[in-house]
Amino acid sequence: MKKIIEDRSPLSLRERAEGEGKTPSGNYLRAIGAVAWKDLAAELRSKELLSAMLVFALLVIFIFNFALELDVKTRDSVTSGVLWVTFVFAGTLGLNRSMAIEKDRGCLDGLLLAPVDRSAIYFGKAISNLAFMLIVEIIVLPVYSLLYNTNLFQPGLLLIILLGSIGYTAVGTLLSAMSVQTRTRDVMLPILLFPIILPVVIAAIRASGAYLQNMPFDQILPWLNLLIVYDVIFIAVAFMVFDYVVEE
Amino acid sequence: MIKVRKLVKRFGLKTVLRGMDFSVESGEFVALIGPNGAGKTTFLRILASLARPSMGLVSVAGYQLPRQAADVRRRLGVVSHQPLLYVDLTAAENMTFYGRMYNLPNLNDRIDEVIELVGLTNRRNDLVRTYSRGMQQRLAIGRAVLHNPDVILFDEPYTGLDQDASAMLDEVLRTVAARGRTVVMTSHDLARTEDLATRFDVLSRGKIAASATHKDFGSGNLLSFYKGVLEEGRQN
Repeated sequence: MKKIIEDRSPLSLRERAEGEGKTPSGNYLRAIGAVAWKDLAAELRSKELLSAMLVFALLVIFIFNFALELDVKTRDSVTSGVLWVTFVFAGTLGLNRSMAIEKDRGCLDGLLLAPVDRSAIYFGKAISNLAFMLIVEIIVLPVYSLLYNTNLFQPGLLLIILLGSIGYTAVGTLLSAMSVQTRTRDVMLPILLFPIILPVVIAAIRASGAYLQNMPFDQILPWLNLLIVYDVIFIAVAFMVFDYVVEE
Repeated sequence: MIKVRKLVKRFGLKTVLRGMDFSVESGEFVALIGPNGAGKTTFLRILASLARPSMGLVSVAGYQLPRQAADVRRRLGVVSHQPLLYVDLTAAENMTFYGRMYNLPNLNDRIDEVIELVGLTNRRNDLVRTYSRGMQQRLAIGRAVLHNPDVILFDEPYTGLDQDASAMLDEVLRTVAARGRTVVMTSHDLARTEDLATRFDVLSRGKIAASATHKDFGSGNLLSFYKGVLEEGRQN
């Protein structure tokens, strides 16, 4: 036991950690990686978050498949809308659960006690949330392609989906950290989130739709620009305010 | 080691701490006792930089809160009634995660040492979800001392523990105290607290109502001292 809680030695563990030439940016990136690794490792075991998102997403596209009798032309025009509605609702389930796991077991306090800039916690959570969303999207896309007889594996469309998902998780991770502090968190997150992600959802739907209907690139570009600007702005906002959001 | 002057904490219209003064010297073991709702947990959360003071000065290990919060957190360990562990990770994985967050050198060796301290070596690769409450609390203590902090805060650490687990926690607390670490602990278990702490501060109505050592109230008389302070407070 004597080694564990050391006597006051000239060079304690903490001082060694501070003095081993590890740069602040290196520590920051290490903390981001630790949070993302922890979320992915825990989810790999429990699968509670991914399975809920995936089942929900598949049910939505099945329901749309049976609800809408689509000819080829109509199908191209509604595909982007159906896809993004599926991603957004499934993503909300994941965002809620991801932060609730931290809050319910008191682990959020454990994260906040770490001696790192708290924005590192935000980026770690955002990266793992994005990874969960992309996994769901990778599974949903081929199922959708089969059911609706349309090829969604096109590089341009995948880029639009990636940009839209980044914007969605950037805002969603921040707002889920806020809503998880409230008693009505399950209801609160979509109420807070949907109005704010409206620009990113509209831009993603328009850009995806234009791409699938083979419109010229200059008609897609403004929506792509909007997605990029939205992503940059909200990542910057989250970086600045996350500390205040999680502190009492 | 810890200095608090005129600390006020408000939640909306409700004032929980009302100009509290408090100080702890290096190596002291202070028990903070008081009725439910007195503000003990709120106070520890402010010391741990989990809550922001509304007014007043707070410094831990020479660093001001909230301005130098990261420096304070590097020197602080916290054990609460919640273990702050991920149940879908193993004990070793939990320690690896927290070790990375604290950027500890020689992490694998340190994890081995800490897991051995809390007596979980043969369960180190089992998921925390399969642990009993007592085992989770033991691992939580390991998590709190992993980075060898100068100050350790214990917030009701005995909650939900059986006799064996409580005895094990006693042993760890004694080791912490013997090694010169500064400890602040809140607990409703006055008998255990009396054996462990060197100073006893009664927190009532958002302020320290009284402070005493064993010499002031005599061995085995903490309960009567505590009741006397609360009764005096009611009469005033």
